[in-house]
Amino acid sequence: MKIEVHITLKNGVLDPQGKAIERALGSLGFEGINDVRHGKFIELELSETNKERAKAQAEDMCRKLLANTVIEDYRIDIR
Amino acid sequence: MLSAIIVFPGSNCDRDVQVALKQSFGTAPRMVWHAETELPAADLIVVPGGFSYGDYLRAGSMAALAPAMREVSKLAQKGVPVLGICNGFQILCESNLLPGALIRNSGLRFVCRDVYLSVENPDTVFTRGYSVGQCVRMPIAHHDGNYVAPLETLDCLSSEGRIAFKYCDDKGIASEVANPNGSARNIAGIFNERKNVLGMMPHPERLADPALGGIDGRAMFEALAGKVFS
Repeated sequence: MKIEVHITLKNGVLDPQGKAIERALGSLGFEGINDVRHGKFIELELSETNKERAKAQAEDMCRKLLANTVIEDYRIDIR
Repeated sequence: MLSAIIVFPGSNCDRDVQVALKQSFGTAPRMVWHAETELPAADLIVVPGGFSYGDYLRAGSMAALAPAMREVSKLAQKGVPVLGICNGFQILCESNLLPGALIRNSGLRFVCRDVYLSVENPDTVFTRGYSVGQCVRMPIAHHDGNYVAPLETLDCLSSEGRIAFKYCDDKGIASEVANPNGSARNIAGIFNERKNVLGMMPHPERLADPALGGIDGRAMFEALAGKVFS
């Protein structure tokens, strides 16, 4: 089963890379950008076939390694 | 006095610390490979700077899971002094031995230069060679040194005397312009609750010998070795 994990900095944690991207896009002439958040995307291929269990497994992985929950939020999508 | 240095793939300040410790402790520190499951008896454990595991995922996140770090956590809980410098600080945060996290510098650039630090709490095994408010000079060299923590954690660190050093100007003022990386409250180093664990981004080992251009960092190693240093 394919799992997709999106990791972004929590709201309220300054995202210097997002800010730099925002400024760079502005300098290219793109207008109307209200905010840019930079993050990570991790794709996992699990042998687990039960969706619930796969999600629980991915949650555990996020808490223990993939995300630092002091500063980051994560979102798990199952494909 | 015995000391140990944990060495990870990608550590690059381990030998600088080795020299500084040998000088102050009078004995050569034990170099402990990250895969070791037992640590030698030590009066001090240093988690050195560098780029352990190439900073993959997050700086310090992989190293925090190393077998040797499990032992470091156990010894820290027993009260053994643990000093994390630069990447070592990041590793101690990722290991939950210290609160908060270190994210990308606010200016996005790798910053490599000497900075001034004000000594916030000289009442610990690490800092008793300094005086309160003393302004010391130490080098920094990092890309991810921007300290962040929830507001309540920052308040707790302030009120419990757990801020070890703040970035300041040459007059000892912790101003915004003296902050090289955007760290909350100009924090350059913090203690755990028991104050036997110190994590700091600046490198005391890089200014611990006159040949290096200064000895402001040496007072820390001398204090840890139980010597009075002035």
